[in-house]
Amino acid sequence: MKSITIEKRGKLRDFIARRKPIIEDWKHTLYLWKSTKLAMIGTVIIVIFILIAIFAPIIVPYDPISSNMSARLQPPSWDHLFGTDQFGRDIFSRVIVGSRIELWIIFLVSLISGGLGTFLGVVAGYFGKFVDEIIMRITDMFLAFPSLVLAMAFAAALGPSLTNTIIAISVVGWTVFARLARAEAMKIKKQPYIEAIRAVGAGNSRIMFLHVLPMCLSPVLVQLTLRMGTIILTAAGLGFLGLGVRPPLPEWGSMVSDGRSYLVAQWWISTFPGIAIAFVVLGFNFLGDGIRDIMDPRLRR
Amino acid sequence: MGRYVLRRLLLMVLVLFGVSVIVFFIVHVIPADPVGALLGGNAPPQLVDQMKHQLGLDKPIWAQFGDYMLGILHGNLGISLKSNRPVTQDIAEYFPATLELAIFSIIISVALGVVLGILSAVYRNSWVDHFSRIFSILGVSMPVFWTGLILLLIFYYILGWLPGTGQLSLFTIPPHRITGMLLLDSILTGNWEAFRDGLAHIILPAAVLGYSATASIARITRASMLDVLRQDFIRTAKAKGLSGRVVIYRHALKNALIPVVTLIGLTFGSLLEGAVLTETIFGWPGLGRYIVNALLVLDYPAIMGGTLFIALMYSLANLIVDLTYAVLDPRMRI
Repeated sequence: MKSITIEKRGKLRDFIARRKPIIEDWKHTLYLWKSTKLAMIGTVIIVIFILIAIFAPIIVPYDPISSNMSARLQPPSWDHLFGTDQFGRDIFSRVIVGSRIELWIIFLVSLISGGLGTFLGVVAGYFGKFVDEIIMRITDMFLAFPSLVLAMAFAAALGPSLTNTIIAISVVGWTVFARLARAEAMKIKKQPYIEAIRAVGAGNSRIMFLHVLPMCLSPVLVQLTLRMGTIILTAAGLGFLGLGVRPPLPEWGSMVSDGRSYLVAQWWISTFPGIAIAFVVLGFNFLGDGIRDIMDPRLRR
Repeated sequence: MGRYVLRRLLLMVLVLFGVSVIVFFIVHVIPADPVGALLGGNAPPQLVDQMKHQLGLDKPIWAQFGDYMLGILHGNLGISLKSNRPVTQDIAEYFPATLELAIFSIIISVALGVVLGILSAVYRNSWVDHFSRIFSILGVSMPVFWTGLILLLIFYYILGWLPGTGQLSLFTIPPHRITGMLLLDSILTGNWEAFRDGLAHIILPAAVLGYSATASIARITRASMLDVLRQDFIRTAKAKGLSGRVVIYRHALKNALIPVVTLIGLTFGSLLEGAVLTETIFGWPGLGRYIVNALLVLDYPAIMGGTLFIALMYSLANLIVDLTYAVLDPRMRI
């Protein structure tokens, strides 16, 4: 009985010892992150944003969707922190609930475009030659558009809605991840351990998805973080143009558009949702800038 | 070099073919109903069928694709459903305004970005560095459509310092159209009143658009400047007794700006993208607003033509970037 625990403890010590370089590397990254003030501020903003999105139903004082014509176009006050819009809806409540929509968009777009891009990139990089050529030329074709313009065309053709916004942004955004994953996969497939796995008898799909793909994930994840600000801006842009999330859903971009004709007399309708967008995107961009600093070997010295 | 250029050009033709396929696919395979949008929901079925026949939408999809590709090869992008004019003519009318806006924005973003980048690098990790980084990142973080609205509110409605939307005030006589770029035409025809008015009108949209593209330029300038400042020839220059100013501006900056030059091409792409939103806010009669309006009413020949043209411009900018790179750094010619 006793000997078993000792053996277990030994194993644990062994486990930690073997992973020491990895842990050291993480510690170093953590240190760099702490010394990059912008990254820290960015992280704090993102955490606040996520907390607001999670607790939105508890925070909101009013119903964000149903109109209340007796309270329309009221300026900011203690009752309505951000004022009310032309339908008498409380803008503070709408901004708070809107955070859930933006977070949902970021999450799904990252998942779909990151997943699709990584999958295609790994396939292209692993097989090389003909397959690679085809996938990469398709990537080039998608990269030939400014991403907002292509997303607009997709969104308009599919019809404006939350789901279609997510589809449109994902379809446009996967190319970056495909290129990254391909480059990684090409490096990894030449490693001796892949040869060893093949010698043991593993098939292509097993090697690709269990041994190559996991190794491609970290650059893809970093790139995903860098793209999240852009995802919100694209979604908000689509919403603003009337090609994205439709009213009465409180998507921030479409809320800015709601207030356009009231801008001069009722400035608050457009202003607060816009500040919300800028705040969250700023958080992601601060974090992104910090990450770039940490990864840039020239600045790491 | 010649072979490299040829290869890149061939690749671009291939990519543009693919781009036309994607655009065609978006408009024709996805279930949007342009005829319904054109005639309204309650149109009688005979009228819908007649319209579809007239537009060639009742043909099999492959025949439609063939017609469309054949048209492109003849430089014919179809007739806009909304303006009833050839799409090529519409593009020729609207693109110069976008180009003019883009040129002004590039000037602003490069000037601002390079200055901020140098300040950041020279005063690294001081409050100057922090301020200029936060300032430039703020630019990419604020949605351009919102910044545009707020600036219009402040400078037009409240302060009255700058004119509102559009390219010219209502009573200003526009210059005779030569290039389509309003300011250039004003100079060419000596119409100084229109020039002054046009300049006042372009300030806000160009500032909004330019500011949004500043961050990447500032970032690259900072990194590349820091890199150069560490090198031996800078130490030599300092050791010779040259003043800090001369070292920074005469020696370091020249070398640090090489990567910035190539970034300008990429910035042009992001400006084309931002132009769509900025033009909508400022009522700017450019290609971006043309495409948005076409999308909202599903004017599909205009959508296809406009998007295709934007993609062509974008690819050309990227090609120029790659070629510049190849000239500056021979290792890139693979």
